[in-house]
Amino acid sequence: MLDWLKSPILTFQEFVNLAGRASLNAFRRPFYGQDLALQMDTIGVGSLPITVLIGFFSGVIMALQMSRALSQYGATGQVGQITAITLVREMGPVLTALLIAGRNASGIASELGSMKVSEQIDAMRALGTDPVKKLVTPRLLAMCITLPLLTIIADFVGIVGGYMVAVPLLRLTTGSQYWNNAWRSLEYNDIAQGLIKPLLFAFIIALVGCLYGMRTSGGTQGVGRATTQAVVVASVWIFIVTALVTRIFVNL
Amino acid sequence: MPRNEAKEHRCILKFEEVSVYFDQPDPVLDRVSFEIWSGETRIILGAAGSGKTVMMKVALGLLKATSGRVSVMGQDVTDFDERQWYEVRSHIGVLFQEGGLFDSLTIEENVAYPLLNQARFMVGGKKPTLDTVRPDVQEALNFVELGNTLNKFPSELSGGMRRRVGIARGSVADPDLFLYDSPTAGLDPITANTIIALLIKDREMRNTTAAIITHRFQDGHLLANFRYNPEKDRLERLPASSPLREKTKFMVMKEGRLVFEGREAELDASLDPYISKFSMHPAKKVS
Repeated sequence: MLDWLKSPILTFQEFVNLAGRASLNAFRRPFYGQDLALQMDTIGVGSLPITVLIGFFSGVIMALQMSRALSQYGATGQVGQITAITLVREMGPVLTALLIAGRNASGIASELGSMKVSEQIDAMRALGTDPVKKLVTPRLLAMCITLPLLTIIADFVGIVGGYMVAVPLLRLTTGSQYWNNAWRSLEYNDIAQGLIKPLLFAFIIALVGCLYGMRTSGGTQGVGRATTQAVVVASVWIFIVTALVTRIFVNL
Repeated sequence: MPRNEAKEHRCILKFEEVSVYFDQPDPVLDRVSFEIWSGETRIILGAAGSGKTVMMKVALGLLKATSGRVSVMGQDVTDFDERQWYEVRSHIGVLFQEGGLFDSLTIEENVAYPLLNQARFMVGGKKPTLDTVRPDVQEALNFVELGNTLNKFPSELSGGMRRRVGIARGSVADPDLFLYDSPTAGLDPITANTIIALLIKDREMRNTTAAIITHRFQDGHLLANFRYNPEKDRLERLPASSPLREKTKFMVMKEGRLVFEGREAELDASLDPYISKFSMHPAKKVS
């Protein structure tokens, strides 16, 4: 039993250690601004089209699903409210994070993994530069900046998607009622958890990707394994953390 | 970059009874002690798996010694943590076995890497730009005769060229110690000799202290007996009285232990069957 627990606990310890070092490095000179800009471009700008697409369709699906349930109670006017709340609180952050985990946790893990197995990480250390500072910190910062922004965009596009279904397509409500409902239903509580979640997810995605990449061993096969593990572990933790955060906010 | 200046005579690298254990009960490095002084060329010979690369990694702090003490440039670095090591390492040039180049950076960016990223080249916390370090990068690449490959990627170069880029990257920051891990491994004899000629040229021009890991006895022989003549731009045999001969020493490793340390004549005179395998002119055993 204890042996079985040893490896996950050690991994968690490494994760916390890496999180600490990467975060502290953000406040220590030298700063690698160019690396940060490059990562923000890959993670943020690169993920924008797919985020918009997924955001839009999650709004469309929410509105479609809700249209039948709401019409049973004659409450189709509420469709804007329901779409906005579910998107901002849960669907937007979680779907965007899962998407970015699939797209970027894997990308980070495979890039760092290949560098590890070809001894480039050792070369970096030998040349007097800290791989955590040079590789992990820019990815972590870029993720923390871009993931909340991507989530906001996904939320907004999702609400637009809900509008397309509710108003022009199914004529459940009027345009002004939809937007009014959507806007008024959002409280600070919703916005806060909708922004805290992507920030926490950003930590998970960037650090899990980096950790599994930098622990890679066993050649090309090892890189593949690290990539798969990074995506699975990041996705699982996204669900665990969103459940915990939601639990806290429900009582607030 | 200060070049060709006389560096004071000091102990650059010192191992005291250094042992390294991995998971196995047998040590990978077994109580190894030696000193390398400034201006010396140290040739480290030994079979594969005899602990040569482990020794280099300990000297760079990439591996921790299980016991014993390590000093680099007069500083006891045995208990240094990773952050303190970065400063130490920025004064050591390294050539990795396969070159260790960053494959997603161009040759220019690879060679510029130490200048752009080491904390000691930062001015007011800001790193220099590629444009400001370009002359140094160009000079280092000219030195290894690859001055026209700036915008190529490592994958576009041959194995020997990659090693030469590795030498340029290692020497661009003017290190006090240069560690070469098997600079000639896997190369044809002609390319291997050009690499060794570069090492000799580097020693002549910059008075570098160097440790060279190799398993080719020809490499050691060339380094011990030749110098670079800048006027004629070629290698020539060292006169018998040259002080450089004194400064080139050989070390032979066997199963983690240091079994020989001395000059080429002593290596040639050794009657030990393992040690004499690494000699260019082994002594005949008189029976």
